[in-house]
Amino acid sequence: MAETPIISIRNLTKVYRLGEVEVPALRGVDLDIYRGEFIAIMGPSGSGKSTLMNLIGCMDVPTSGEYYLDGVDVRRLSKNDLARIRNKKIGFVFQAFNLLARATVLENVELPLIYADGIPGRERRARALRALELVGLADRAHFYPTQLSGGQQQRVAIARAIVNDPVVILADEPTGNLDTRTSVEIMGVFQDLNERGITIVLVTHELDIAQFAMRVVEMRDGQIHRIRPVENRRRAELGVGY
Amino acid sequence: MRYISILRVAYRALGQNKLRSFLTMLGIIIGVAAVIAMLAIGHGARDAVQAQIASLGTNVLIVFPGAANQGGVRMEAGTAQRLTEDDATAIRRYCPAVQYVTPVVRTGAQVVAGAQNWRTVVYGAYPEYFIIRDWSLERGQLFTETDLRGATKVCVIGRTVATQLFGDADPVGQTIRIRNIPFKVLGVLAPKGQNAFGQDQDDLIVAPFSTVQKRLMGVTHANTILASARSVSEIREAEAQITQLLRDRHRLTPNEENDFTIRTQVDIANAADATSRTMAMLLASIAGISLIVGGIGVMNIMLVSVTERTREIGIRMAVGAREVDIMAQFLIEAVVLSVSGGLIGIVLGVFVSRTLTRLQGWPVSLPPEAIALAFLFAVAVGVFFGWYPARKAARLNPIEALRYE
Ligand SMILES: Nc1ncnc2c1ncn2[C@@H]1O[C@H](COP(=O)(O)OP(=O)(O)OP(=O)(O)O)[C@@H](O)[C@H]1O
Ligand SMILES: [Mg+2]
Repeated sequence: MAETPIISIRNLTKVYRLGEVEVPALRGVDLDIYRGEFIAIMGPSGSGKSTLMNLIGCMDVPTSGEYYLDGVDVRRLSKNDLARIRNKKIGFVFQAFNLLARATVLENVELPLIYADGIPGRERRARALRALELVGLADRAHFYPTQLSGGQQQRVAIARAIVNDPVVILADEPTGNLDTRTSVEIMGVFQDLNERGITIVLVTHELDIAQFAMRVVEMRDGQIHRIRPVENRRRAELGVGY
Repeated sequence: MRYISILRVAYRALGQNKLRSFLTMLGIIIGVAAVIAMLAIGHGARDAVQAQIASLGTNVLIVFPGAANQGGVRMEAGTAQRLTEDDATAIRRYCPAVQYVTPVVRTGAQVVAGAQNWRTVVYGAYPEYFIIRDWSLERGQLFTETDLRGATKVCVIGRTVATQLFGDADPVGQTIRIRNIPFKVLGVLAPKGQNAFGQDQDDLIVAPFSTVQKRLMGVTHANTILASARSVSEIREAEAQITQLLRDRHRLTPNEENDFTIRTQVDIANAADATSRTMAMLLASIAGISLIVGGIGVMNIMLVSVTERTREIGIRMAVGAREVDIMAQFLIEAVVLSVSGGLIGIVLGVFVSRTLTRLQGWPVSLPPEAIALAFLFAVAVGVFFGWYPARKAARLNPIEALRYE
């Protein structure tokens, strides 16, 4: 691939300080991710997967090393700018869905646009509805999250992640709370979005799930142990769960 | 736009916990209602005091015998000079800042009319008395210079005396007996109501100075001298001129203190003003304390709310809310809480003031500024006490906030 990566990480480290004790969570990570890729990060518990995702997602700053996101040197950014970047370039999907229980599905999906300046309410709703259509939930726009199944809630979360046209979607164990069938359904949504050109990085413990990605990054003790392409990539049969 | 949705979120959050929100608002409600009621009562009291001071007359000066400083050692107290009619005459002649002047004698007396009798105060004065005191007649006429010269037995009576002696009948032309001496009633004075000290100003009889001094009391001095300055700006000047004149007439050496005291309407107004200021301070501190207590309630509930909604804060931060956005959200919530309380408090305060007027007959007046002020206080309390919880929310670490619970 000759084009420049949208995520470029060099010798990235992260050390957590617990009083006197230093916990090295990342110990020199190099990683390039290109536009349109679908990456699965795997590895044992405590190997630093979530830490890496948080750094990529600009939720936290590294202890040392370089990180360029879409050409921007993230290390130089203030807290405010990091929030801006999360708002414009990142879409998060969490294991626990993390929807606002008191807001409707539509309002949940609108949320990132509320924090982006100058988008009128009508356009916000239109974009949120379009995102909901992409995950097949346009008809549930006025439901509350508690009125939806787990898989549906996760699809709402995915709609929220794509509503601001991010550079990359970061999903930390998005199927961790779902049964196998629903997991496959969610991976189908991801694959569909990926085919529409959206870059996806997800963390998973399950080989089955990782098989939906193009490349697998294996982590061990805060370092990348191996990066391998996925052979016999799985395809979710779209439409099944919709 | 963003703030409209934040406002909506704030209202929804408060609506979700109606009872809790209401209990939190209670402090603010009581505080603001107190502010309103207190301002209304304070304002009403001040209006009443001002009206009473105005009822004294126009640009009035009163000369009393004796030094102002009663605490000083006063030898020969019994020999202190008394005021005389000549003092009054001299003031009229030699004090250009003085427009009207009258000596006044005063004595309590039993008054009889037919089968009715009443104890009241009889004043002896010149006809100018009524000009100085800005006092008009309800019916009949005043006594004149001729009555004064002839020491005729005529009088005008106050509204209260008229009612006590004659009921609904017309007293004009009737004869009353003051200390058994018959007086013809020439007129009835228009009612003035109570003075600043709660005394009934209409319970009096006024007769010519000479008549009361000689025929009723048998004395040669005057109790007080009542004067009026030509204008408000000349009150001080009139005071100075009278002081100088009386010192000369009483032959006081420069190191002797005055053997008389002059009170002006300005002094009385100042004294009343100081009283109402003290009152205002007291009311302000009561209102202040309740607002602080209410504010602490707001702060407490906002801190609880921030903790409860840690995860929500994390979610908002993850999708791009900046510190100012989170800060604004919780500040707006605190202000919505305190302002809602404030509005209820204003309604309650108005209701309480109205009720007080009706039940207690207290003079109450509520200036619109008072409502604006109470509202502003509510906003200020919300901002002030919401600040710390809001900042706490804004400073949360997004990763830890998302992991909360
Ligand atoms: N806030 C923190 N403070 C201190 N240490 C932390 C913190 N977050 C993570 N760590 C440590 O960093 C290391 C990596 O944690 P991380 O959460 O990235 O692991 P992970 O690969 O996501 O694990 P899992 O699969 O269980 O989610 C662990 O040893 C963890 O204890
Ligand atoms: Mg993890």
